[in-house]
Amino acid sequence: MKRILLLVIGIILLVPAAIVGYEWVHEPGSEETSMPVTDQPAQIARGEYLAKAGNCMACHTTRGGQAYAGGRAIDTPFGVIYSSNLTSDVETGIGRWSADDFWRALHNGKSRDGSFLYPAFPYPDYTKVTRVDADALFAYINTVPPARQPNRPNELRFPYNQRILLAFWRWLYFTPGTYQPQAEQTAEWNRGAYLVQGLGHCSACHTSRTSLGGATDKELAGGLIPQLGWYAASLSADAGTGLGEWEKEEIAALLKTGVSTRGAVFGPMGEVVSGSLQHLAGEDIAAMATYLKSFPATGASRRSEPAIESAETEAMLRQGAKLYETHCVECHRADGKGIPPSYPPLAGNRSLAANPALNPIRMVLNGGYPPSTAGNPRPYGMPPFSAILNDSEVAAVVSYIRMSWGNQGTLVAPMDVARHRGAPIE
Amino acid sequence: MAQRALACAACHGEEGRATREGFFPRIAGKPAAYLYNQLVNFREGRRQYPMMTYMVAHLSDAYLEEMAGYFSNLHPPYPPPQAVAVPAATAERGRRLVVNGDASRNIPACTACHGTRLTGMLPAIPGLLGLPRDYLNAQFGAWKSGSRRAHAPDCMADISRQLTPEDVGAITAWLSSQPVPADMRPVPAATAKLPIACGSHPQ
Repeated sequence: MKRILLLVIGIILLVPAAIVGYEWVHEPGSEETSMPVTDQPAQIARGEYLAKAGNCMACHTTRGGQAYAGGRAIDTPFGVIYSSNLTSDVETGIGRWSADDFWRALHNGKSRDGSFLYPAFPYPDYTKVTRVDADALFAYINTVPPARQPNRPNELRFPYNQRILLAFWRWLYFTPGTYQPQAEQTAEWNRGAYLVQGLGHCSACHTSRTSLGGATDKELAGGLIPQLGWYAASLSADAGTGLGEWEKEEIAALLKTGVSTRGAVFGPMGEVVSGSLQHLAGEDIAAMATYLKSFPATGASRRSEPAIESAETEAMLRQGAKLYETHCVECHRADGKGIPPSYPPLAGNRSLAANPALNPIRMVLNGGYPPSTAGNPRPYGMPPFSAILNDSEVAAVVSYIRMSWGNQGTLVAPMDVARHRGAPIE
Repeated sequence: MAQRALACAACHGEEGRATREGFFPRIAGKPAAYLYNQLVNFREGRRQYPMMTYMVAHLSDAYLEEMAGYFSNLHPPYPPPQAVAVPAATAERGRRLVVNGDASRNIPACTACHGTRLTGMLPAIPGLLGLPRDYLNAQFGAWKSGSRRAHAPDCMADISRQLTPEDVGAITAWLSSQPVPADMRPVPAATAKLPIACGSHPQ
């Protein structure tokens, strides 16, 4: 009996110790070394391009701050993480890092001293990046002017502030390994997959998360962005809420210019287009579109619950129609077709039908501009209606546009609107 | 451009004329370089108002400049001035600070830079009349606390730190209650040196 007890206790202690030990010691990718580079300027230029593809600057720079000096607050369900100084400053940046250190961070999510990095740094995606590309990124980062700015300590709650516990997170959610091209697919498809799965780190928002912040297996099927209060749309082939009805060219136009005949980017995707995607070459954008277009449907039902036909529903939709006529019809037109790409269509717009309905609620409350891009330098903007419409009115007009012109959305309650009035908009 | 800038009208009023009862400032007719500086300051975090930052976060310099130019060329009528209930002595204190400043405390007169009729000065100094008192109070507070900043030397922040809360209350009471002259266009750029150096209006 005593022996069994000892055995049980031993296992209880041993398994976690083994996981921590394994994660600590395991260094996948360490066998890969830098290839000699003959054309350094070309390598740096390549690295600069890849840094755009990864949108590294967006997180590693504060608003108006020095490029790559870090310090931007990343709000997570576990507390605030501050991005680190990536400049070549020796004391406060990564000036002491070698190309091997940089590769290890990208490929295996560990800092120079071997400690586990928080996955707010999306190394579960960046692990797909090849050694050659990692070296180019490092070569470019080394050319960024050094900024003397000490890293700000994270403000994470217990137990999340215990880095060692990331061993278990890694055990559960992290599979290191560079992208392996699929032989049966075209070179273009593979290039798109490499960018989407790797530097693009699309899954960081577009794949739903577990309660511990790990990616679920519903790859790119849409996800709530915690703390920011936006819903990252499904990139699956589902009709209605996914990309099923989109042409490849329409996906490419949205990524490259921020607008398309089917809709415009808004919320956090504006930052992605502005800082990253608009700068990518047309063939890389086309490759990403090709890869995304090949995603299967998830089979998610288009309507999550049947619309309740009742007097209240009818009254609400009637009120919504009236408000639409007053405030929306000039740009989005009576038939909901808008005047794309300046005024996005609402009929068939996948952002509307998706659940939760927070995107259309927030768009009506806050409005906003898609980014200025080379392909759309002077974007049209949507006015904020937060001061003009009350919660019931916003709920009515959002319900109306979610359920008109064949849109398969459901009713929105005034409570849902109230919840998003105070959502952060920066 | 009017269609592209419709989003601005939601708070700043039709053609940027604002309203007297609201907090939001009039933007119509302000010098283009002033408006442009503010838009960029919001984008870069030197000014803080979440809705403004959200709106301009991903707009280019060229586009913001175009928007600034558009609103600077609009001159819709002003509403009548706000009725501000403060004692006559307070209003007089405000008037004196606006017109004379206070040399003993290194406070220049508002009129020295914002024009003798307070209609602003080209290229980048805004007019001070026709603005809600709440908005004016909020700006002095923001300069003092450092949440509204401009390119160094940050003249308005320096001046605001010299002002007591009573000074601010008096100044904003007087400014917001003044009738707006028929011609609110900013005066041409001064050839003489301004009394204080301003990073946003280099001379």
